Amino acid sequence: MSTAPFSPPLLGRLGWDSLPFYHMLQDPTRENLVNGCIAGGAALIVVFGTIIVFALITKYRKWGILWQWMTSPDHKKIGIMYVVIALVMLARALIEAWLMRLQQAFGLGGGFLSANHFAQLFSTHGTIMIFFMVMPFLIGLINCVMPQQIGARDVSFPVLNSISLGLTAAGAALVMVSLVLGHFSTGGWFGYPPYTEASFSPGVGPDYWIWALVLSGLGSTFTGINFAVTIYKERAPGMKLMHMPLFTWTSLCTAIMMIFAMPPLTVAMGQLGLDRYLGFHFFTNTLGGNMMHFANLFWLFGHPEVYILILPAFGVFSEVFATFSGKALFGYKSLVMATMCIAILSFTVWLHHYFTMGQGADINAVFGIASMLIGIPTGVKIYDWMWTMFRGRVRFTTPMIYSIAFIFLFVLGGMSGILLANPSIDYQVHNTVFLVAHFHNVAVPGVLFGMLAGYTFWFPKAFGFRLNERWGKLSAWCWIFGFMLAFFPLYALGIMGLPRRSAGYTQSSYVPLEAVAFVGACLVVAALAALVIQIWVSIRDRDQNRVPAGDPWDGRSLEWANAAPAPEYNFAVIPTVSGRDSFTTAKENGTAYRKPDKYLDIKVPRNSVMGPAAGAIGFFLAFGLVWHIWWLVIAGFIAAVAAMIGRGFARDTTRTIPAAQVRWEYERWLDVVAAAHAISRADENKPVNQGLAAQPPVGAAP
Amino acid sequence: MIDQTHDTESAAARQRGWRREFRSYAWGVGLALVLTLVPFALVNWGVMARKALFITIGAFALVQMIVHFRFFLHIGFHQKREDLQLILFSTLLLFLMVAGTIWIMASLAGRMAVPMHMPPAYP
Amino acid sequence: MSHEVMHHPGINLGPAHGEANEIAKTMLFGFWAFLMSDAILFGMVFASYVTSVHATAGGPGPKDLYNIRSAFIETLLLLASSFTFGMASLALKYKHSKTRLVQWLLVTLLLGMAFLGFEVHDFLTMIAKGGTPERSGFISAFFDLVPLHGLHVTGGCIWLICLIGQMARYGIDTQVKLGVLRLALFWHFLDIVWIAIFTIVYLGGLA
Repeated sequence: MSTAPFSPPLLGRLGWDSLPFYHMLQDPTRENLVNGCIAGGAALIVVFGTIIVFALITKYRKWGILWQWMTSPDHKKIGIMYVVIALVMLARALIEAWLMRLQQAFGLGGGFLSANHFAQLFSTHGTIMIFFMVMPFLIGLINCVMPQQIGARDVSFPVLNSISLGLTAAGAALVMVSLVLGHFSTGGWFGYPPYTEASFSPGVGPDYWIWALVLSGLGSTFTGINFAVTIYKERAPGMKLMHMPLFTWTSLCTAIMMIFAMPPLTVAMGQLGLDRYLGFHFFTNTLGGNMMHFANLFWLFGHPEVYILILPAFGVFSEVFATFSGKALFGYKSLVMATMCIAILSFTVWLHHYFTMGQGADINAVFGIASMLIGIPTGVKIYDWMWTMFRGRVRFTTPMIYSIAFIFLFVLGGMSGILLANPSIDYQVHNTVFLVAHFHNVAVPGVLFGMLAGYTFWFPKAFGFRLNERWGKLSAWCWIFGFMLAFFPLYALGIMGLPRRSAGYTQSSYVPLEAVAFVGACLVVAALAALVIQIWVSIRDRDQNRVPAGDPWDGRSLEWANAAPAPEYNFAVIPTVSGRDSFTTAKENGTAYRKPDKYLDIKVPRNSVMGPAAGAIGFFLAFGLVWHIWWLVIAGFIAAVAAMIGRGFARDTTRTIPAAQVRWEYERWLDVVAAAHAISRADENKPVNQGLAAQPPVGAAP
Repeated sequence: MIDQTHDTESAAARQRGWRREFRSYAWGVGLALVLTLVPFALVNWGVMARKALFITIGAFALVQMIVHFRFFLHIGFHQKREDLQLILFSTLLLFLMVAGTIWIMASLAGRMAVPMHMPPAYP
Repeated sequence: MSHEVMHHPGINLGPAHGEANEIAKTMLFGFWAFLMSDAILFGMVFASYVTSVHATAGGPGPKDLYNIRSAFIETLLLLASSFTFGMASLALKYKHSKTRLVQWLLVTLLLGMAFLGFEVHDFLTMIAKGGTPERSGFISAFFDLVPLHGLHVTGGCIWLICLIGQMARYGIDTQVKLGVLRLALFWHFLDIVWIAIFTIVYLGGLA
């Protein structure tokens, strides 16, 4: 087998050497064999996994339903599909993390992974976790929940929502395909040039990375616009901004941040693409290129991005703390102000990601101070959450376990961030695993625990039955201890001098700490396994755990005021709101679960092929660009333009749900509520919970 | 089809409205034209010192942008609150990002041993 | 002054347009938010240009490559097209005949295409003089910024043609009205970006 491409005009630079086991067969050294088997194994999982999924869908004849879902403009379905993508990508990125920890446990003197393979692992791990795990997860949660929280029927631009999903899925597919054909970038998740320029990385790796990020970034920009407009324009009558639930507030700030943070990423990727494909000189070593432009642009995106990741998690925690303490959120106004301060300040600190790269101490000082300031609103939030629990009737459910662990662990991570905000300290630990420890310390207990808590909290709303609590708690504890064991040693290792992204090392004093970190990684994989088992057991036991009345946790906001799963149009009649925690107020006043005077016809958008089309076109365009298959690029571009023009000519894009049907569905739900047994909180994790809450006894904390 | 059935205004009121809005566009294009001619003339006939010239053409550009916003896009203080908030927030962020970038890149260029690609005017 | 409540940026159709006026509130706000993200995009490309303007690497610089006459003509063409689109918007709002609306749109299209023609000619001239993007970081930055704007204008022209096509097929229905309103925002926005381009790139480079 030669390394020459098969057929340049037809298949671009695809050739035998694009296959993951090629080098292993050409040059069977021990290192190549080990790396080739791992890479080949991963590729086989992707290929067989895809075949098995296709086969199962065909066997159970679910293609029709799948197409209904993929073309659906319903925000609840789109949200669920986003979360599915997130969970699948979480599994892959966690296994990559475990592999890296394994390598480093044996890393004294080199380990078993080649440097190139290790570099691909940390690059895909970071890229997937940020762009294809957390972003879809939070977008999915916001999609499912936010429109219901504001008493709306859907987002402002439902088909655009579907298109965003398609683009994100295309990016994820591209990253998965990189396991089978070619290889991924070795430049890390932020891919600094000139290493990622064509002169140093001529292969397909950085191209996969660039186009995956462009697809994801476009999807996120549209999502940000969609969510922001929805929250501004579709709120139920009477719901002023200061009546919105905190999760909606954080969704609004997140959306606005997405609108403004994605453009610098698009510019950076575009310019790097121009350098690589057309020989431009934005970031090259010579002829007037300046690599610091890239660092500046990337972190102009990258810093707000990490606050985009954390704010929805903060929103989840606000809801969880209030609900599972049976109390109104403490300090609502300060929480809102803190959220807005974080959103704005996040655009003023980006330079702290490259303190050491040559600018003057004056600039470093300004950005350092700004970075420390951003800790203040976060601290305010922590206190508000603790005060919410104080004198409440706290229930230690799975979401609450994640939330309380978050309080302890995130504060530590935040504090290490304040340390790093000081440029003098940062100079000592920049590019060591101290930094890796810091950002995982805020990302895992902060972002991931928030996502998992939100997943557990709102699962019954989305699917109509509760998740298994025992496996949920087990997963939570494994996550907590797994995280601590995996990352706390890295603080010490960083100060002891271990650089980040190094496959191996020569200091034997690192080995015990690396071993502890590996045990932590194993616990994390166990946590993932527990999550998988949880979903399997929950589906198996779903009939016992159904909560059709819709309010399993005695929730406070409007998303709990309809059936579980919610009807397509969310609310039979749009509610009128007059304050915060409007559902709690309604339950206390006895005005919840009322029959309305009148039902109206409801107009909903029709299904549209634009979402899957955007995904397919995006994928093939990107694939063509990566492999230099120019006819595919041209065809993809023409298809994209044609699709947009075609959509412009579409006219019959809505359908009407007759009032009679709305009435029938709603009154059937009211019958379920009437027949349900109202439970106290002590029984909320038992099968007797049908989703109807008994009102707390007189004298309970407000 | 052009919708005539909801038309309750009198033809005279409509004509007045059209005239008013037409005047907005006319003023807009007139002012913009002047604000374009002057900077081009200043640069073409090179009569000013460089620094003053930059400041002048910059000011003309900013004013012309405001003219476009006001007369073509009808943005003013009678706007809905969220539209104004969006523009002001965007302007703030644009300023932070662009000014920050220029400040950072200038600092880097100023600290390079080899003379680099920025004008020597960095303080 | 006007006592009209402005529901959204750009020309407001007013209650006489019924459904279109209602839907416009959300549609136009969303499109405005998109334009703000586009503004940031342009802003970052401008920042790249400004910090690369001296990165000529011994190759041709602004004074060697830019032509003030050409920039002036392009500016006038685009400004005129903004005015003619304004006239089209008025024709839509005040329900003048469909022919009038289409005529103003076609004039706008011609002016836009003339603008593009001059621009392409400029680029070809620059390349002939050795001002290719492969030559230096400065020329790379130029060829990112100005053609980016040109591509936006091209997109606007294609969109305009599609709107006329939709009008031919469906008449001036709600979707068409919303399309014209959004394209109007887009068109004026592009003229605003051009103000920055001719000032910073051409006048700044030739001063």
